[in-house]
Amino acid sequence: MNAVLLTDFGSTFTKVTAVDVDTCSLLGTAAAFTTAETDIGEGLSHALAKLEQQTGRIPYNRRLACSSAAGGLRMVTVGLVPELTAEAARLASLGAGAKVVRVFSFHLTTEDIQAISSSKPDILLLTGGIDGGDTACMLHNAHMLAGCEGRFPILIAGNRSCAHDCQAILNGRETDICPNVLPKLGQLNIEPVQKKIREIFLKRIIHGKGLSAISGLIDGILMPTPSAMLEAMTLLAAGTPTQSGQGDLMAIDLGGATTDVYSLASGSPTLSSTILKGLPEPFAKRTVEGDIGMRYSARSVLEAAGPDRLATLSGLAAGRIDELVSLLADHPDMLPDIPELAALDFALACTAVEIAVTRHTGKLEEAWTPQGPLFVQTGKDLTEVRQLVMTGGAIIHASRSFEIAAHAFYDPARPYSLRPKSARISIDRRYILPAMGLLCQEYPEAALQIMKKELEEHGSC
Amino acid sequence: MQPKKIVLGVIGADVHAVGNKILDYAFTSAGFEVINLGVMVSQEEFIAASIEAAADVIVVSSLYGHGELDCRGLRQKCDESGLSGIPMIVGGNLVVGKQQFNEVEKRFLDMGFDRVFPPGTSPETAIEAIREILKMPEADSFT
Repeated sequence: MNAVLLTDFGSTFTKVTAVDVDTCSLLGTAAAFTTAETDIGEGLSHALAKLEQQTGRIPYNRRLACSSAAGGLRMVTVGLVPELTAEAARLASLGAGAKVVRVFSFHLTTEDIQAISSSKPDILLLTGGIDGGDTACMLHNAHMLAGCEGRFPILIAGNRSCAHDCQAILNGRETDICPNVLPKLGQLNIEPVQKKIREIFLKRIIHGKGLSAISGLIDGILMPTPSAMLEAMTLLAAGTPTQSGQGDLMAIDLGGATTDVYSLASGSPTLSSTILKGLPEPFAKRTVEGDIGMRYSARSVLEAAGPDRLATLSGLAAGRIDELVSLLADHPDMLPDIPELAALDFALACTAVEIAVTRHTGKLEEAWTPQGPLFVQTGKDLTEVRQLVMTGGAIIHASRSFEIAAHAFYDPARPYSLRPKSARISIDRRYILPAMGLLCQEYPEAALQIMKKELEEHGSC
Repeated sequence: MQPKKIVLGVIGADVHAVGNKILDYAFTSAGFEVINLGVMVSQEEFIAASIEAAADVIVVSSLYGHGELDCRGLRQKCDESGLSGIPMIVGGNLVVGKQQFNEVEKRFLDMGFDRVFPPGTSPETAIEAIREILKMPEADSFT
C-alpha cells in the first residue's frame, strides 16, 4: 500500500481524502469545521480522527493540501480597457484559483488606491497595453500604486516596453515581472502569470494566513482549492499518456456563497456563417459568480431569477419564498431538513446553475448584413461538450441532482446561449475532485483512475 | 525606431474580407505594424484596440454602402475616449448609388476623417497618405 492523504482547507469545512495509489482506490473521506480563526490544525485533527474511524490508522507516504480558508487567495486586477487587458487579467487570476475582489481599468484615482488598500489583496496584478502599445496608463498606475498602503506583492504583466520602468517606480515593494497577459490583440498569454501567482501563493500567502503552523501534519499546501479543481478537470478531459481522457467537459461547483463554472474546451464556433468576436478565451476557463449561491447569496439568486421562477420550480408561494430566503441568508449553516426548505433549495439550485452557466458560456447574436444573415459569437460555444461534472454541497447531497443538472443545458427558448446540447452527467458524491487535482501533481495515473471510478454517472441529458 | 501602428478594420455589418487582407499585407510590407480587427468591426472595437495598442492611425474600410451610418460619431467617441486628434482615414464603397465623390468626401471630412478615398484606390495611395499624415520621411520605393 502506498497511502496518500489529501486535505482541502475550505472556508467552512476541512475535507480529508485518503487514497491508495498502488491500487488506485479511495480509502476514505471525512470533513470537520475549519478552524481558521484559532488554530487551523484543530479542524484538521478532527477531520483526521473521523477518517481514522473509517480507515484505521494508516502511515501516509505523502500528505498534500490545498486551501481556500481565511478568505482564499484574494486578488485585485488592474488593466487598461475593460474588455481587453482588464478582462485578460481577470481571466488569468480566476484561472489561477483566485478570488478577484476588484477589477480596475484606465487610470487609477486616489479613491481607487484607497479602495485597493482597504480591500487588502494578497496579490495585485498590474497590466495595461499590448506589447509595444500604450505605456502611459500602466506607468501612471504604477506611480499611484507606489503610494498605496499595504504590503501585498505586485505582479507586473502588461506592455513589456514599460514593465521594467514600472518595477523601478515600485521600488521598495515586492514586485515580479511576467510576460504580458495580452501580448497582441487576440492573443491571450495567461499561463506564465498563473504560474507566478501560484509561486507567490506558496511562498507568502501560506505564512500570512497562519497555515504554516500545520506543517507538522502535512507536507505542503500546493495551491488554492479552485486551482486544484481546475487541475482535476484538466486531467479528466485530457487524460494521461496511458489512459484516455473524457474530452471536452464542463464542471459546476455550487456553493453557499458563490457558484464556480469550469470549461475545458476550445469553444470554437460550431455553426457555419459565424464570426468570432471579443477576447479569445482560455481552453481551461473558470468563472466565479460571486452573487450566485445557495445561502449567503440566496437573496441575489432570487433577485436575478425573479420570484415567479422560484415559485414555479419550488411550488411555494412568492411571499413564503421571500421569508425563507431571508432565513437562509441569516443562517447559512441551515440544512434543508423540512420539505419547504428542500423545495426552495431545489429551486435555488436550478436557477443558480442556469444563471452561472449562462454567464460562463458564449452568446450568439444574429446580424443581418446585405450578404444575408450571419451569427456573431462572443465567448465559448459549448454546445458540443459531452460531459458535465457536478459538485458542491447543494448538489452532492440533493436527491434531485439530475434535475438540477438539467438546468445547465441548452434551452431551445434561448437558442443564443451556447450551453451544452446533450451530455453525460456525473456527480462528485464524495467530494473528491480538489483532492484529485492535488494527487495528479504526483500521481496523475492514479488520480484519473480514481476519478473515473468515483464519479457517479447519472445518465445523459 | 518602432514601426508606426495602424488599427485596421471593416466597419459595421460588412463582411468583405478580401480588401481587408490586401490592405493588411500592403501596410505590413510597407513597414507598418498592423493591428487588423478583420470584418464586422464596431466603433467601440476600433477605439478599444487603438487605446491598448497606442495606435498612430485608424484605417476604416467599408464596402457595402452603409459606411456613412456606421462611421457617424466615431470621431466624437474617440475624443471622449482619450484618443482626441488620432488620425483617421476611410475608404471604399462608402455610400449607395451614384453620388459625386467630392460630396461624399466632404461629408466624411465633416465627420472628422482626415482623408477619404473612393472605390478603386490603390493601397500605395493610402500608404502615401498615412506617411504624410504621420509626417514620416519619404520611403525610397514601395514593394
